[in-house]
Amino acid sequence: MRASLLADSRWRPWEVVAWVVLWALPVALPSHAALINEIAILALFALSLDLILGYAGIVSLGHAAFFGLGAYGAGLFAKHVMPDPLVGLAVAMAASAVLGLVTSPMIVRGSDLTRLMVTMGVALVLYELANKFDTLTGGADGLQGVVMGSLLGVFEFDLGARVASVYSMAVLFVAFIVLRRVVHSPFGSSLQALRDNRLRLSAIGLSVNGRLAAVYTLSAALAGAAGALLTQTTGFASLDAFDFHRSADVMLALVIGGAGWLWGGLAGALAFKVLHDLIASLTVQYWTFWIGFFLVVLMLVGREKLLRPWTWWKRQP
Amino acid sequence: MLTLLFDGIAYGMLLFVLSLGLAVTMGLMNFINLAHGAFAMAGGYIVVLLMQKAGWPFLACLPAAFVLTALLGALLERLLYRHMYGKPHLDQVLFSIGLVFMAVAAVDWGIGSEQKYVQLPEYFRQRFEFGSGALTLGMGSYRLFVVIVCVLLALVLQALLARTRFGARLRAAVDDPRVAAGLGIPVDRVFMLTFAVGSGLAGLGGALGADLLGLEPNFPLKYMVYFLIVCAVGGTSSITGPLVAALVLGIADVFGKYYVPKLGSFIVYSLMIAILLWRPQGLFVRQGSR
Amino acid sequence: MSEVVLRTHALVKRFGGIVATNDVSLVVARGARHALIGPNGAGKTTLINLLTGMAPPTSGRVELLGQDITTLAPHKRVGLGLVRTFQINQLFASFTPLQSLALAVASRLDAARRCWQPVGSDAAIAAETETLLSRFRLLEHAEQPTRELPYGKRRLLEIALAVAQQPKVLLLDEPAAGVPAAERADILATVAALPADVAVLLIEHDMDLVFSFAKRITVLVNGAVLTEGAPSAIAADARVKAVYLGDVETAHA
Repeated sequence: MRASLLADSRWRPWEVVAWVVLWALPVALPSHAALINEIAILALFALSLDLILGYAGIVSLGHAAFFGLGAYGAGLFAKHVMPDPLVGLAVAMAASAVLGLVTSPMIVRGSDLTRLMVTMGVALVLYELANKFDTLTGGADGLQGVVMGSLLGVFEFDLGARVASVYSMAVLFVAFIVLRRVVHSPFGSSLQALRDNRLRLSAIGLSVNGRLAAVYTLSAALAGAAGALLTQTTGFASLDAFDFHRSADVMLALVIGGAGWLWGGLAGALAFKVLHDLIASLTVQYWTFWIGFFLVVLMLVGREKLLRPWTWWKRQP
Repeated sequence: MLTLLFDGIAYGMLLFVLSLGLAVTMGLMNFINLAHGAFAMAGGYIVVLLMQKAGWPFLACLPAAFVLTALLGALLERLLYRHMYGKPHLDQVLFSIGLVFMAVAAVDWGIGSEQKYVQLPEYFRQRFEFGSGALTLGMGSYRLFVVIVCVLLALVLQALLARTRFGARLRAAVDDPRVAAGLGIPVDRVFMLTFAVGSGLAGLGGALGADLLGLEPNFPLKYMVYFLIVCAVGGTSSITGPLVAALVLGIADVFGKYYVPKLGSFIVYSLMIAILLWRPQGLFVRQGSR
Repeated sequence: MSEVVLRTHALVKRFGGIVATNDVSLVVARGARHALIGPNGAGKTTLINLLTGMAPPTSGRVELLGQDITTLAPHKRVGLGLVRTFQINQLFASFTPLQSLALAVASRLDAARRCWQPVGSDAAIAAETETLLSRFRLLEHAEQPTRELPYGKRRLLEIALAVAQQPKVLLLDEPAAGVPAAERADILATVAALPADVAVLLIEHDMDLVFSFAKRITVLVNGAVLTEGAPSAIAADARVKAVYLGDVETAHA
């Protein structure tokens, strides 16, 4: 019995292989370093969304609020306090975590619609605030000229984005390892239980609201990290970090890869970015249309069926 | 300032008509339809195309916008939406986002991304002024027209709901679809009809609002939040709820954008968050409703 | 004299114009085998919801082991020893019984907030989980997702989750409801085998179960206590018969 419980948390061989391949990417494809960087950032963002969507069942269309706060936080910190990337990352994560903690009471109450509105609302409010205080944030032009110091005092960020891609990959890796432990811990188990049946969770003596607040805060911190990475690796932060499209895109990436298992965020981000690059080079309009079409078909057919081809022809029980 | 108030009321009434279909869909089918704005956009473009390509007069285009959009709504309900009832809200949200993306891209490709303008007839470009100084009330004749039409619509709809058999069936189906079906009410047809009328209203609202709100492919995404706010704050179980919410929203937005332009819709969004925190089920909730 | 573990003082619950719970003062002693019966709509489940904190009372008090818990959050009452089962199964559909019980045990041992150790690393929790699985005849289904279990087994899991909390007061809401005849014996045996010092408040419609189990019965009608006493007294009470049988008896008289 005990062995069976423990077996759930062991790394499968394919997971190790997958990570070896992922780590090989920035080394083997240095010319695509910028793309790899973007993929790693989106993957981290998707992981953070998976925590609340896949594991706790919270539908949020405003996760960009934390992404954007992390982005601007890291940018402003580097410009006005100190340009060390790791310290900046930590500060951005802390700021996003605080926002997550403060807004968590909002997502606990009300219906799905209320939650949707409130999460969107926070992102919209932050967008407007960033727009208004343009002396600080650069407003519609964005925060420019963010120059980062060297990583660990040794690695300088180069124009080819090679150091950037390894940096983002490393942060993603650490986040993944931490989340993997958390998800397989008793706390993680209680999160999945929360998604299944809140009433029952409370009936075995566990606090639903407390857990929601905790997971929302953690998720916010990771989303903030992703935003910080974007600013730190591109030297620039813009209002679209708060944009609805960003919240929608990350949700889409997560749904493609599959919510509720951590690899979904990684796989989805990879698929999304690659597809986007391929199709958007044709025309922007085509991308929007086809991604919309894909979503409609996917939802009609059933979300879980995408990555499980063997279910495509099976009848529903 | 009175002028601002009037403008706010006009804007609010327009939002009301636009959002009503969405509120009913949500209350009736428990379906979160983020593509509602696309029907509004369709109405707007129908007016533009009919006027420019077919030479129709403006007033004639309005009923056409209603009817054509209603037909479109009925068609989509039958073919697509029907399969999504009862699915988790996340799926519905993503589905309707997909539809919006398709609509936005299709319009962008087919019609072009520049804003399209409606040539209002002469009598709608008048402006009446009453009073003087700070208490000046300036009313554009078009805005006045919009307010009148929307008020009439609200009254007609309220009467329809309260006094006709269809209204009674609709109310029954909203309260409890299973029991309603058990009583022999054709819930399927009620849904389709309601969805069609709701979409038609959105189309009419879009036609009316093309001049006031700006018609371009991104319209559904730009205004989606507003429609959702009206429904979330006003609740989906009455007509008066969304009406009041839309008016408050319209007035707050107009005043906010006038006095603090840089913050844009900040006031509206913060107000919404505050209201939803205070009353998560919206401002107007019947006892025992969803 | 057995001590009182659960007590309510003049508990009232109003929903708009309806009085669902009408001035109920209930006393449950340690080790009690107490049944709550009444016709449909008598307010039994409402009363349970008031006791467990899922609904706030309009007025009145609830006391657990002498402590006033009237405004205490539901999950905290569980920690103090007040546990319930649900009339309609409330289970974790995607979890296996093994995972569900492991979480329940971890919760009781205050280990459910650990976020680094993998589930299963605590030997004590694992051992206790296995004991529970065996006791509730769930061993052979231990690793099947709950949604695939037969109904009777799910009902057993429902009770097992409650017992895993080592309650001082256990509220069983119609444990045998909907269970096919073949699997009822399991349920009945389980209920009979509950520890002697746990106070059990049983809501049931199945009179066989009630009379074989209970040593004290409270009859609830229209939200108020009609009468209370030993099973033999209740069985002989004309008012109770009238309430259950309606006018049938008088019509035939």
